[in-house]
Amino acid sequence: MANRAASDRPPIVALIGNPNTGKSSLFNALCGGQARVGNYPGVTVEHKTGRMLVANSAFKSIELVDLPGTYSLSARSADEAVSVEVLCGEMPSVARPDAVIVILDATNLERNLYLLSQVLELQIPTLVALNMWDRLEKEAMRLDAEKLSDSLGVRVVCTSASKRIGIAELQSALLELLDRGPGADSQGILERSALASATFPEAFLNSVDELEAWFVSQGCPLQRFQIERLLIDDSQAHSHRVIPKRIASAVADRIGQTREHLASNGVSIPLFETRARYGWIKQRVAGVVERQAREQRVSTSDRIDRWLTHRWFGLLFFIGLMFFIFQSITGIASWPMDGIGFASQWLGQQVESMMGPGPLRSLLVDGIIAGVGAVLVFLPQIAILFFFIAVLEDCGYMSRAAFMMDKFMSALGMSGKSFLPLMSSFACAIPGIMATRTIENRRDRMVTLLIAPLMSCSARWPVYVLMVSAFVPKQAVLGGWVSVQGAVLFAMMCLGALVAIPVAWLLKRFVFPGEPSTFIMELSSYKWPSFRVVAMRVWERVLSFIARAGTLIFVTSVLVWAAAYFPGDHSLLDQTTAKLETEQASPNAEPAKIQAWTSQVNQLKSDLIAKSFLGVAGQWIEPIVRPLGWDGKIGVAVLASFPAREVIVATLGTIYSLGGAQDETSDGLAENLRSATWPDGRPVYTLATACSIMVFFALCAQCVSTLVTIRRETNSWRWPIFSFVYMTTLAYLGAWIVYNLMSAWLDP
Amino acid sequence: MAVTTLNDLQAGQSGTILDVEGNDSLAARLLEMGLIPGELVEMIGQAPMGDPVEFSVVGYRLSLRRIEARRVRIERT
Repeated sequence: MANRAASDRPPIVALIGNPNTGKSSLFNALCGGQARVGNYPGVTVEHKTGRMLVANSAFKSIELVDLPGTYSLSARSADEAVSVEVLCGEMPSVARPDAVIVILDATNLERNLYLLSQVLELQIPTLVALNMWDRLEKEAMRLDAEKLSDSLGVRVVCTSASKRIGIAELQSALLELLDRGPGADSQGILERSALASATFPEAFLNSVDELEAWFVSQGCPLQRFQIERLLIDDSQAHSHRVIPKRIASAVADRIGQTREHLASNGVSIPLFETRARYGWIKQRVAGVVERQAREQRVSTSDRIDRWLTHRWFGLLFFIGLMFFIFQSITGIASWPMDGIGFASQWLGQQVESMMGPGPLRSLLVDGIIAGVGAVLVFLPQIAILFFFIAVLEDCGYMSRAAFMMDKFMSALGMSGKSFLPLMSSFACAIPGIMATRTIENRRDRMVTLLIAPLMSCSARWPVYVLMVSAFVPKQAVLGGWVSVQGAVLFAMMCLGALVAIPVAWLLKRFVFPGEPSTFIMELSSYKWPSFRVVAMRVWERVLSFIARAGTLIFVTSVLVWAAAYFPGDHSLLDQTTAKLETEQASPNAEPAKIQAWTSQVNQLKSDLIAKSFLGVAGQWIEPIVRPLGWDGKIGVAVLASFPAREVIVATLGTIYSLGGAQDETSDGLAENLRSATWPDGRPVYTLATACSIMVFFALCAQCVSTLVTIRRETNSWRWPIFSFVYMTTLAYLGAWIVYNLMSAWLDP
Repeated sequence: MAVTTLNDLQAGQSGTILDVEGNDSLAARLLEMGLIPGELVEMIGQAPMGDPVEFSVVGYRLSLRRIEARRVRIERT
């Protein structure tokens, strides 16, 4: 507080509350949708700030920091640790807040007051927004806000954020709180004796006093609340930032001794804290809340729930809904995706018609336009998936979906919340990975995120279709009911998901060992989703994808273009292309010339690729891919498909001198693949080779966008590298096994 | 008036919380979520595969896995 007047920065106000209290609505109402979203440094917790413009006051604007929804400040999870760090002013990117707004759900006061009781300990001017005020009547409750304000000792403003009621009052109360400035009376800050911690056991309070003095003597003064958290919480999620390395081990010793001392004095950590706080809460709400005997009442929400979590109907509804979402991601999204593809192709053609062939044109068309297109093409799927997620979360169904799937998913080492991200990954891993944000438990989230790219996404489809249509016999078995081609396609779809099961188990066992996760989750009442909240969430996701992942995906696409373009001499190709284009444009074009030049251009292109950095690398890896039944050309095509799996179809087209855009159904490409031979005349492609390529693509991580998204979501390069290494290893082993088994079986 | 755990309640049955067993972070989390001694809990229903279980406590709906529900001792009402 004291140094705010000195600096010109706008005051910082933190917004904190339990999940499902309407915090997002309140945040939007206060800052009118001007939010910036990012990650806190070093953790995957979302960092959201907004600017609240205020007229007629000492400040032009107020910076509002939206803290993650949490039930307590106990620093056991990353979300809670971030909240404690921001509120204590330890977060390097955010100064200590000048005030805190605690948002409480009026219909569930006792549990919500738990968080308030902890926030008050921080001695920051505090204001309470009593939200969902309008729903009290429906819940047959009565609440005296004035009495509550008196008994808590902080100002209470009644709001209904979704209906924008009470927002102006909250703003003016906040300004009043901030205007007091330092030195005025301590509005919004409780006396120590009025805090819940005053009711902690004597021995504990004495120990905190001792530790407070000890930390000062070590040159590292801590706030009381920080010391209490160090003593009470097991997790080290919080302490690494607060405590300098030089005294870390001394602190650990000291804390251990103090805990022993307290245990011998009958203080049971951590339970005494919850008991004391609920005791404090009981006192404060006495006479404030009146309600009918609530346990006997069956609410509308309960009645809906009886159906939606019903043994049969609930499951059927869930499966139907998931099917619908999946269809929307693959179906509806294909329209705008085709549009984006068409637009980038059209733009490329425009550029080609305006400039002569050359490196600049190639950079523009094959590098930049294709690269931007590669980023934009994911947006429809991301927007559609996040639209559904936002609606389901906001109306309360999402927690039920997790509730229903939990048994099944926990048998596989994850939690119910992993289901939707994994299912979305069958359309595309990128929105799926982004959707793992809905999983609070870090271990569950990491395992889900790391196996999501194994799900058979739509980019693998072109590869499968090409290989199956070229090499799998078109025959039916089992009395004509099952087509072999269809069966192979289906097997490829399932392969990744099946492999993911043991991978998840291994990750859980060896990479993320720890306590089993819990499923202590609030099932909030059903309500109509708020359009504003849904729109805001979709917009945030789309924006953050473009800003964070998009730029990297773009850069990588350009780099891979460069590797495929240089260092060859393109002058002959450019001349021939120019001749070809002039001929094509002329009204009396000779088909024979066009044909001859087209094949010459393709021959040159394939030679140049072979000479490029990428091509050289392909030849270099030939000995490595020979055990998979591949030749160097397949090796090059696989390397070139690093930006995206489906690129291999076009690259194979170029390499096998067909030129132009190839798609998976081109008969020409399939024919060329079938006629490709080794130097000794044996065909390169056999059924075994085709299956080995398909298995490789089912399991590999050939998708820059996925890797970049993992980087963005985990805030570290470690995990994309890990994913790439483990998936490529799996892909190689899988392809090798399949190639050898099938060769032995087909050609004994 | 038998002493049992939350795990043993059938849909529609209720009980009063006696205490939460253990003093680890799971116990603390259960208490934080409002499963405090003296509160009334009602079992609402279970997930289609029998686990987790939905309860009503301090005015809201809480889902617990059976293994977590076993930690909460109650007295049937």
